Amino acid sequence: MSREKTDFWVGLFVLLGAAALVFLALRAGNLSTFSFAPTYSVSANFDNIGGLKERAAVKSAGVVVGRVAKIGFDDKTFQAVVTLQLDTRYQFPKDSSVAILTSGLLGEQYVGVTAGTEEDNFADGGKIRYTQSAVVLENLISQFLYGSAEKQGSAPAGDAAPKN
Amino acid sequence: MTDSSKTLRRGPISRLGGWVRGTIGGLGFFTRFFLALLGRSGTALRRPRLVSQQIHFIGNYSLLIIAVSGMFVGFVLGLQGYYTLRRYGSEESLGLLVALSLVRELGPVVTALLFAGRAGTSLTAEIGLMKAGEQLSAMEVMAVDPMRRVLVPRLWGGIIAMPVLAAVFSMVGIMGGWVVGVVLIGVDAGAFWSQMQGGVDVWSDVANGVVKSVVFGITVTLVALYEGWQARPTPEGVARATTRTVVVGSLAVLALDFLLTALMFGN
Repeated sequence: MSREKTDFWVGLFVLLGAAALVFLALRAGNLSTFSFAPTYSVSANFDNIGGLKERAAVKSAGVVVGRVAKIGFDDKTFQAVVTLQLDTRYQFPKDSSVAILTSGLLGEQYVGVTAGTEEDNFADGGKIRYTQSAVVLENLISQFLYGSAEKQGSAPAGDAAPKN
Repeated sequence: MTDSSKTLRRGPISRLGGWVRGTIGGLGFFTRFFLALLGRSGTALRRPRLVSQQIHFIGNYSLLIIAVSGMFVGFVLGLQGYYTLRRYGSEESLGLLVALSLVRELGPVVTALLFAGRAGTSLTAEIGLMKAGEQLSAMEVMAVDPMRRVLVPRLWGGIIAMPVLAAVFSMVGIMGGWVVGVVLIGVDAGAFWSQMQGGVDVWSDVANGVVKSVVFGITVTLVALYEGWQARPTPEGVARATTRTVVVGSLAVLALDFLLTALMFGN
């Protein structure tokens, strides 16, 4: 086979590999969700973050406005410290609150931002005061079970109470 | 004296000792072989034509078997994944399952195994026969370093071809999983792709898969070249070397895969 022909096929081969990698990165992977827009970071303390992971989405009204940059632990307050990277395009009032929510019943966890009413916006490196922890399904179920058990237990007690 | 050394040689302990010495010596020789090839790698840059010929021989000719295998592996992953996920009512995660298993594990590993069988054997047989035909010695007589002229282009050809093949394997596999899952079975296409994009990370999954495939490419090509280079210059010797290429290459790939997986996805 002539040199040009070999070179052509080798070039095609390498191009195919590059195309396959681009496919894996964009179609199968999450490269398309990477945004190179400027961001600012704010941090929030949570009592329990449940299954939240780094690079999880931060949504407000269902729209992705940023990503979870870092998850740490504060051994003074024994709380999780979650650093959020928010898109500079989206500014939120200082008294906005964040909650850890779940998409669907068993889906991925994300951080939801509910806007507040104050005039000033979050500054870069600021702290979010109002947070709501993740709902842990086990706690919810046990609360429900104890609740119903208490109701059953308190029914006779309630009957007994007026007699006294 | 000769009598006592004979009985010593036959004893199980000295046989064990001989085996250990032989293994360590072989490993040392293998490492020196690798370093010698790396030291001579400048040829690959000075004469890229030689490398491109080898990429053509190693890569292009392996493309068909890699693509067809990838497609069938994707088909099977789609079917098996669907049957298992259906029990938990989460068929939508099929895309994620197919993509993660291909990108992280099956793409690099199966490609490397096929690569050892398809390209590694031909490299070993080629070099072994060159050695048996005294072509390598003839090169040395002509003051051409056979390591530079014959081995280095093949090593770099293998190192470049392997990640390309693994990427093609993963891509075709995902398409195969899509054909079975979405087109034939009827999993929701939007969920198939969005769950995949939600769960496959470019750096921790795709890039680590590429790193794996590069490591496997080095391993398999090096084993193939080493076996050919060390083959006894007889028909039987070349036959044995070719077999050893597949056995040693595949085992090395599987063992390295375990190590790399433990390192990359350990936490």
